[in-house]
Amino acid sequence: MTVDRPWRIGLRVLALGYLALLLLIPIGLVFYRTFENGIGAVYDSVTTPAAISAFSLTLTVTAIAVPLNTIFGVLCALALARGRFRGKALLNAIIDLPFAISPVVVGLALILVFGRGGWLGDLPFQVIFSVPGIVLATIFISIPFVVREVTPVLTEVGDEQEQAASTLGAGRWQAFWRVTLPSIRWGVAYGVVLSVARCIGEFGAVSVVSGKISGETETLTLLVEKRFQNFDLAGAYAASALLAFIALATLLAMTMINPRRDEE
Amino acid sequence: MIAVRDVTKSFGDFVALGGVSLEIPDGSLTALLGPSGSGKSTLLRIIAGLEQPDSGAIEIHGADATRVPPQRRGIGFVFQHYAAFKHMTVRENVAFGMRIRRQPKDRIRERVDELLEVVGLAGYHERYPNQLSGGQRQRMALARALAVEPKVLLLDEPFGALDAKVRAELREWLRRLHDKVHVTTVLVTHDQEEAMAISDRIAVMDHGSIEQVGGPRELYDRPANGFVMRFLGPVSKIGDSLVRPHDITILLEPEDGARDAVVSRVVHLGFEVRVELRVAGEEAISAQVTRNEADQLELVEGGVVWVRTTHTLAVPA
Repeated sequence: MTVDRPWRIGLRVLALGYLALLLLIPIGLVFYRTFENGIGAVYDSVTTPAAISAFSLTLTVTAIAVPLNTIFGVLCALALARGRFRGKALLNAIIDLPFAISPVVVGLALILVFGRGGWLGDLPFQVIFSVPGIVLATIFISIPFVVREVTPVLTEVGDEQEQAASTLGAGRWQAFWRVTLPSIRWGVAYGVVLSVARCIGEFGAVSVVSGKISGETETLTLLVEKRFQNFDLAGAYAASALLAFIALATLLAMTMINPRRDEE
Repeated sequence: MIAVRDVTKSFGDFVALGGVSLEIPDGSLTALLGPSGSGKSTLLRIIAGLEQPDSGAIEIHGADATRVPPQRRGIGFVFQHYAAFKHMTVRENVAFGMRIRRQPKDRIRERVDELLEVVGLAGYHERYPNQLSGGQRQRMALARALAVEPKVLLLDEPFGALDAKVRAELREWLRRLHDKVHVTTVLVTHDQEEAMAISDRIAVMDHGSIEQVGGPRELYDRPANGFVMRFLGPVSKIGDSLVRPHDITILLEPEDGARDAVVSRVVHLGFEVRVELRVAGEEAISAQVTRNEADQLELVEGGVVWVRTTHTLAVPA
């Protein structure tokens, strides 16, 4: 399509203006407000015991949820790309459920199952208003990423290399480790990065099941919300800046992985 | 010897193999020849263990291999689209089977060097498959299959994805390799010229069954039926008989048993001349003569001649 020069410039200004107004300016302002009063205040704000606890809880939850979802995701992608079984379409739809359902609903559903009087409410350890609940909620909302990244890669690669490996003497496990996994590694890596970003940023589902006990079940996003509601704006900005910083790091990782993923 | 005993295989409603039996002698180079959908690739994949037959059995060197997984059949398999391990170098690709078998490193290095020499890829050790041409990739795939010293080498349309010139070169090269290595080889192809050029024996397949098995000469000279005759080379049909174009003799005078015909076109193809003829009440036929014969006959379009046929095959109308 060819467009006249004034139109072309107009469209560009519109698109860039849209991005700037909705994304760049607000995020830039967060950083600006954060560092407005110097780095010392920020440092103090993100090293309070509550902040350190929130930060480490967020990382712990992510460190549990992402590996589990990676293993599950690769197995699921293998089943979807290679398997021939009844109910494949159903499995495919179920995997997208966390995309479709609001995280708040996920949180409530977990309370119905694991909360007091719930279906699995009598476990020997506490789930709701405790770390296991947060982990479950985070796993739930980040299930689709690895599956969705890896399935098309597996389909694209095909199974001929695996067949070749088997004719050369490799068992299924050897073929998986030596041939399948290396050929999908960048797809897996991309899925992992997306999962990490989603896990760290999760708010809705975690908010419902965590109980928000400061220093115990408060994640970084919950801390931002609490500080904001307590009119501790500087503190909220500092914690937000930390979140945004992690997000930018993930973005960087994604940009580095993406071209490699396309190479294969 | 590889023995295929009464093997059947269906994919849904499609019958890929309808009860096939075949014996492949040790040290031979056998071609499975047929049009697409004839079941030849399925048969090869069943011999390899990449597909399971619905019924029937596969024996490799006297032992029942029907339920043996591919990795324990002692086979080498070469795929039409190479199936190169893209994330590995040429050296790692060729070494793959030996590393799986935990052979000593020195031995692997030696053998890889030796094989890359044999397939003409010496010096390409550290390249990746995407840095090789199609022909080179397929030679690498052959080296990889030969590295594990298979009892049987199975090739599924190995030259099908290559251009005509490379295909012809690799064909010759494979034949010479086979004469040197003597590993029992089964080759799937839809190209009759390829099958005739390199194999000792050909099994012609159609619609999931074997139509005829024999040497190239035998199949060409004594085809069991019209399908085999048509598949192995051009034919003309006169009455209820099939005849090869070079078994049609063109005469300038009538003779007993000869039929009159009108020359409709003379095509000069270098040494060979194709003469298209019309015989009353028949489909158009074409005869093949040498340039000298054509010159002596002084054929012109529209001229009347007589044709006599030899080595015909009667087929049901």
